[in-house]
Amino acid sequence: MTWTDHADTQSCVLLRLGERRFALAADQVAELAAPTRIFRFAHRTPQIDGVILRRGRVVPVCDIAEPLLGKKLTHRRFYLIATRRQLQGLDWVALPVSGECELIHADLTPAGPADSPHVAAWLSHEGEVIEVLNLYALTPGLDVPVTHPSSQSPEAHT
Amino acid sequence: MRFAAPQKTQSVRAEQIILFRASSQIFAISSASVQEVRSVDSLAGAASEINEASLPKVRHALHRGDRHLYAVNAPLHFGLRPSPAALIFLLRKSRVALLVDGIEKMTTMTRLQALPGAFCHEERMWYRGVTVLEQNVIPVVAPDGFLTPDELAHLDMITSQPPSVVEIEQPGANA
Repeated sequence: MTWTDHADTQSCVLLRLGERRFALAADQVAELAAPTRIFRFAHRTPQIDGVILRRGRVVPVCDIAEPLLGKKLTHRRFYLIATRRQLQGLDWVALPVSGECELIHADLTPAGPADSPHVAAWLSHEGEVIEVLNLYALTPGLDVPVTHPSSQSPEAHT
Repeated sequence: MRFAAPQKTQSVRAEQIILFRASSQIFAISSASVQEVRSVDSLAGAASEINEASLPKVRHALHRGDRHLYAVNAPLHFGLRPSPAALIFLLRKSRVALLVDGIEKMTTMTRLQALPGAFCHEERMWYRGVTVLEQNVIPVVAPDGFLTPDELAHLDMITSQPPSVVEIEQPGANA
């Protein structure tokens, strides 16, 4: 059972991407980190910008603004370090956000079948209806099938 | 909140690595997996050409003993901009020779971190993991990730075929 199966009052972290606000379940958030140097090396996972070093750990940076807003963030103020449960344990991803984040408690309405896959639930805060994000739908992971080299595109992301 | 101790981090006992350049990016490879480093110039005349459209990263085969080694262009393998190779690494217990721009330095790594799970495409075959050296993140390549068994079999099939004969039409032959 996931947290969305019994969604009622939950702790969430509000994050800002450009002009819009989104929310993430608080138990999926590790910390908010200041911008730091981003390292890039050759890879073929398009959603990954590069990696940052956080407490000795290599954390991939995934810009979720592009799928949510249709454009990349031009100004990154912080990295929201989120965790995802994967086959091998917890996996960390750094989400660039454009403003400070806020921890709130809110009543959640589970997402319906007509909602986009990236919506895990909805919440209402200060008169605004906010999407609670489904991190698994927005960030790449090992559940995505590994493609065979013969079918690879010639372009790499660095 | 605090991070838990990183999982899937392998403590390696001071593994010797070679940092090499490919299209201006730095990669690491275990010294133990490199049998020989040679200049590409020293291979002139010793390599036969391969022109296989499905494998543009392999353009030459080297005949060593009773088998072929295949020269993999490192920038093309990693999808980077092509760059002139200066050195070739003959890999140990492998049929791959790796064309690289040059060696940056030899050094030691004491910690190899697993590639984060968010990397979920071919890079999982390319790299053993990543290491941090002097506050830089360096991918550590997997020596067996350059050519798959299927690709090797395909290259063997190509190199075992006799060179094709090109018929040149003689002037007036169809008169």
